[in-house]
Amino acid sequence: MHERLDQWEFVWAALVIVVIGTVVMVGWSLIAMVHAERRRDAVRRK
Amino acid sequence: MHGFANPARFLRIARWLLPVLLVPGLVLSFGAIAWGVAFAPPDHLMGVTVKILFIHVPCVWLGMAGWSTIAVSSVVELVWRHPLAGIAARAAAVPGAVFTALGLITGSIWGRPTWGTWWVWDGRLTSFLVLLFLYFGYIALADAAQRDAAGGGSAGRIPAIFGLVGAINIPIINRSVVWWNSLHQPPSITMGRSAIDGTYLYPLLIGALGFSLVFGAVVVARMRMLLAQIQTEARLRRKALG
Repeated sequence: MHERLDQWEFVWAALVIVVIGTVVMVGWSLIAMVHAERRRDAVRRK
Repeated sequence: MHGFANPARFLRIARWLLPVLLVPGLVLSFGAIAWGVAFAPPDHLMGVTVKILFIHVPCVWLGMAGWSTIAVSSVVELVWRHPLAGIAARAAAVPGAVFTALGLITGSIWGRPTWGTWWVWDGRLTSFLVLLFLYFGYIALADAAQRDAAGGGSAGRIPAIFGLVGAINIPIINRSVVWWNSLHQPPSITMGRSAIDGTYLYPLLIGALGFSLVFGAVVVARMRMLLAQIQTEARLRRKALG
């Protein structure tokens, strides 16, 4: 039996996963950085 | 090198370095992927799935580069006691693990239509999966060591030693397709030459550069985060001790 796969589905799946993964990693890192620096500045002001 | 050991000097550099790395990195990486997906011709054997090359290869390279960063930083921390080296190693762990996971996922997606299987326990895939587990172990060790250091302990060197020992996996991953029979293809890009046509090679290299800049930006952001956490804990400890 010859299995016919739509190759573009695999290409789009890989693309979406990497784009989302990269954006989430960058966003998470930036948010964590801003949160930590704000907390440090707040502790310094006290 | 110790001229950059001052956290205040590093933070002054990091403030402008972060956007300088991040913006061109995102433009180059997503632009190269878009170019490759839209304009690179299908391969005569793999068809359009060859376009996953522009996504999978940079992720794998950065997964390995992340652990290499940890290993080099660990050497600097252990030998020269550079105060920012341990922080750099910890900062590289999460993006390295993320790119390793993305490399495994995209490789599996590429393998299904190309090899007829999502996974095979050959040398390349298995050693790369081991790398992901090594990252998890390093992240857990580094977190535990930081908590121990905050409490006055001396476990700070253990993550660095783990980072050095784990580095043995990098040449194993690199040579696995040469040493063992594997479904994975042999190396196409080696020192000084490439077996890949220019229509694939140039977007691949531009995409790899873009993702590398993004990796650098995330490392800088996480170093700033870790430094801020350490400075906060130190100040709270000084206040608690009066």
